[in-house]
Amino acid sequence: MKTARKPKRIRSNIFVPTTSPKKWYGHGIPGVDLNRLTGKLIVVEGADGSGRSTQITRLRESLERNGHATVQVGLKHSSLVSEELEQAQQGNILSRITLSLFYATDFADQLENVMLPALKAGFIVLSDRYIYTLMARDMVRGMDEGWLKNMYGIALVPDAVFYLQTSPENLVQRTFRKAHQLDYWESGMDLGLSRDMFDSFVKYQSLMVAQFQRLQKTYGFRIIDGNQSVDGIQEELRQDIEEVMKGH
Amino acid sequence: MKTFAELGFPGRLIAVEGLDGSGKSTQIYLLKRWLELEGLKVFFSEWNSSALVKSATSKGKKRELLTPTTFSLIHATDFADRYERQLVPLLRAGYIVLCDRYVFTAFARDVVRGCPPKWVRGVYNFAAHPDITFFFKSKLEVSLQRILDGRPQLKYFEAGMDLHLSSDPYESFRIFQGRILEQYLAMSTEYNFVVIDANERVETQQQIVRQLVQSKIELGQFLHQPQ
Repeated sequence: MKTARKPKRIRSNIFVPTTSPKKWYGHGIPGVDLNRLTGKLIVVEGADGSGRSTQITRLRESLERNGHATVQVGLKHSSLVSEELEQAQQGNILSRITLSLFYATDFADQLENVMLPALKAGFIVLSDRYIYTLMARDMVRGMDEGWLKNMYGIALVPDAVFYLQTSPENLVQRTFRKAHQLDYWESGMDLGLSRDMFDSFVKYQSLMVAQFQRLQKTYGFRIIDGNQSVDGIQEELRQDIEEVMKGH
Repeated sequence: MKTFAELGFPGRLIAVEGLDGSGKSTQIYLLKRWLELEGLKVFFSEWNSSALVKSATSKGKKRELLTPTTFSLIHATDFADRYERQLVPLLRAGYIVLCDRYVFTAFARDVVRGCPPKWVRGVYNFAAHPDITFFFKSKLEVSLQRILDGRPQLKYFEAGMDLHLSSDPYESFRIFQGRILEQYLAMSTEYNFVVIDANERVETQQQIVRQLVQSKIELGQFLHQPQ
């Protein structure tokens, strides 16, 4: 049975986001005037398989539909070092401090050349992971938290950070459905937790969740239950982001 | 931060610092020749030598993509790579490691570029301090003359052009080097530099260097085992 279709209401009202004051975690980037950063920085964190990318793609769509200019950034995307970083990971040839500094360089390059210019231009910057993943990975590997905090004192405090918290079991299932294999690094194989990759993955992801929970206390992420449906997560994110746009 | 000796490493690290053109590379080369010809386990390490990081660094430099922060971090990455893969293992194995420039080069250069001193020192605090740091103190004009006499093609970052001190690369280089010298002098006491007068003759300086090394390090312990 067909119901008569209502004519689709096309909305053209655009909400202009409130500008909220920005801060750095530490000294920040020398020479940048925070008052000029009129855009919003929104971070989505979560393990591979938590649905991060799907959610970000959909958020972008909805933001653009509502008239907001957006730009997406992610780890290992800088024009400066991303190729070399990829190579280093393939060969697993860099030691821990080196790899950590390499990631920090990649982050700083994108911060200065993509994020800050976009925020100055009033864009909504959607960041697919941020310093927290980098810190958590290093902390799981026994690196000094104080050292990491000093280094990432260059980072801008986001307007909102969402952490998609998903159980390791769910992550395994989703990763298999997508790729049919586990990633060396996402399984923490370099840590020698287990020679069995499946075991290692579960153990490593549990350690990451524990680190994120610790970081949550310092950085106040909004935890989103990543075990719910894609639509459910998206709905929650959109509602929260609407609040962020209003400056709440 | 402690020195390698204080941390119980069997090896010792000797670093040289100074402006370009201060003659420090000549001095550390002569130190290396002496030690190796005496049959000691010695290794010489240069700034900027790891292949992978080098590729990113030179790309950044060529395209003038680097900001003070990324300049600092990419050099720290390079240093860490050498530190973890080369310096530390050799020092564990009881080598005398000679470094042409160490973290102090970064402290001076990055701070002149506008990075906060505390941050830069924090980034590098994974690295133990040298057992001896020689600082070759030359008159600014003399070092500049030695570099500029050949009218070399000064590279963008080398001349500190990113700081917009002057549109003339040679003038920019002068101002930049002057500021680096100020930073070095300010660090001298804090980090226990052994200051060598770089305006003396090569042999005179080398004599002082060798005597000091001999007085501070029990050189006999570093002889290669007979095969």
